[in-house]
Amino acid sequence: MALDQPELTHVTARDAGLVACRRCTRVWPMGTERCGRCGSRLVSRDPRSISRVWAWWAAGLMAYLPANLYPMLETRTLFTTQNSTIVGGALELLSHGSAGIALVILVASVGIPIAKFICIAFLAMSVRRGSRMSPELRMRLYEIVEYIGRWSMIDVFVVAILASLVQLNVVASIAPGPASLAFALSVIFTMLSAQAFDPRMIWDGIDAEARQRA
Amino acid sequence: MADGTGIIADADIEGLIACPECDALYRAADVAPGSRATCARCHSVLISPRRHAGMAIIALAMTAVVLVAGSLWFPFLRIEARGLWQEATLWEVATSFIGGPLLLVSLAVTAAIVVLPLARAMLILYTLVPIVFDRPPRPLAARAFRLAEEMRPWSMAEIFAIGCAVSLVKIADLAQVSLGPAFWMFAGLVVVTVAQDQIVCRWSVWHSISPN
Repeated sequence: MALDQPELTHVTARDAGLVACRRCTRVWPMGTERCGRCGSRLVSRDPRSISRVWAWWAAGLMAYLPANLYPMLETRTLFTTQNSTIVGGALELLSHGSAGIALVILVASVGIPIAKFICIAFLAMSVRRGSRMSPELRMRLYEIVEYIGRWSMIDVFVVAILASLVQLNVVASIAPGPASLAFALSVIFTMLSAQAFDPRMIWDGIDAEARQRA
Repeated sequence: MADGTGIIADADIEGLIACPECDALYRAADVAPGSRATCARCHSVLISPRRHAGMAIIALAMTAVVLVAGSLWFPFLRIEARGLWQEATLWEVATSFIGGPLLLVSLAVTAAIVVLPLARAMLILYTLVPIVFDRPPRPLAARAFRLAEEMRPWSMAEIFAIGCAVSLVKIADLAQVSLGPAFWMFAGLVVVTVAQDQIVCRWSVWHSISPN
C-alpha cells in the first residue's frame, strides 16, 4: 500500500495540500478546522508546538527540583521521626540490603526523569537545528520517551499506599511529604511536554534536505 | 497521484490516510486479519485488524470494569506490627492525602487509578458494543472513542500494581505485610490493559464508526 517513493522523500499529507487528523488518520483539505470523523482539532504543523514543549519542559524541571530536595515520606516509629527524600529513601533501602528495589526506585524517579528532560530537549532542538542522528532513531527516542514517562508515577503511588497503610498509632506511621506533590506535578508536566511535541516535524527537515540534494 | 503541489479532488480524499507520526500519505487498503500495515518511513503501525477483535475488546473492557470496581472495596495490602494491624483499600489510598495541601495529589491518584481506567473501559463499551453487534454506531461514538484515546496515557492502573509491589518491600522491615485480594485484581488489570492495547486496531474502529 506504500506509494512508490524513494525511502526518505515520502509524499506527506501537507505536500498534497491536505491536513491529517493525528487521532484517526483521516485526511482533509488544508484549512479544515476539525476532523469530520472524530472531531479532533486539525493543525498541519503548529508553529507554536515547540514553544509549548519548552514551556511544559521548564515547568517540569522547576517542579523536579523541590521534588528531590523536600522529603517524600515522613516515617514516625516509636521514638524517632524520619524524613526521607527520594534519593535518601533509596539509599536507605540499599543499606537494608534490598538493592533490587533501591535500583527500581532510583531508575524510576531519578534516572528516567533526567533522561526524559535530556531527550525532550534534544528532540526539540533537533527540529530547529537539524541533527546528525537519523530520523528513525529520533522517532524511536520519541516513542520511548512518550511510553516511559508515565512509569515515573510509581513513586507517587508508593507514597500514597504507604501513607494510607502504615497508620499503626504510636508504633509506626507514615505521612506524605511535600515532595510528593512536586514530583507528581513534574511527571504530569513532562508528559504534557512530550505530548506537545509534534513528531511529524522530525521528518519535515529530512524531506526538505533530500529535495535540495535531488 | 500527488505531484507535491497538486490538490486532490474531494472524492479521492476518502480513501487516504496519513501516518499520525510522520505525515506520510497512503491509500488505505484492505489488510488481511492478523497482518499489519506499517508506515514505510517511520514504521508506525497504521492498520492491524484481527478476527473477532471487537468481541475480545468488549470482553476485556468488561473485565476491566469489574476488576476496578471490585478492587475499590477489597483490601490490597495488610500490615501487622506488635499486635496492631491495618488494611488498606484502594479507596483509602486514593483519599490518603485528603486534609492538607496535598489534596491535589489525592485527586490525581484517584483519577489515574480509578476514575480514568473505569471511564475508558465504559467509553470503549459504549463505542464498540453496537458496532460489534451490527447495530448502527451510537450518535456520540466518535466523540466517546476520541475521549477514550485521549485518556489512554493518563490511565495508570497497571503502574499502580507495580507501586504495590514496591511498597511491599519498602515496609517489609517495618511490619509484617501480606497481599489482599485487590492486589491480584490489579495484577489482572495489568494483563487486561496490555492485552487490550495489543488487540485494538484504531483504524478499524474509526473505520467502523464512520467509513468515510
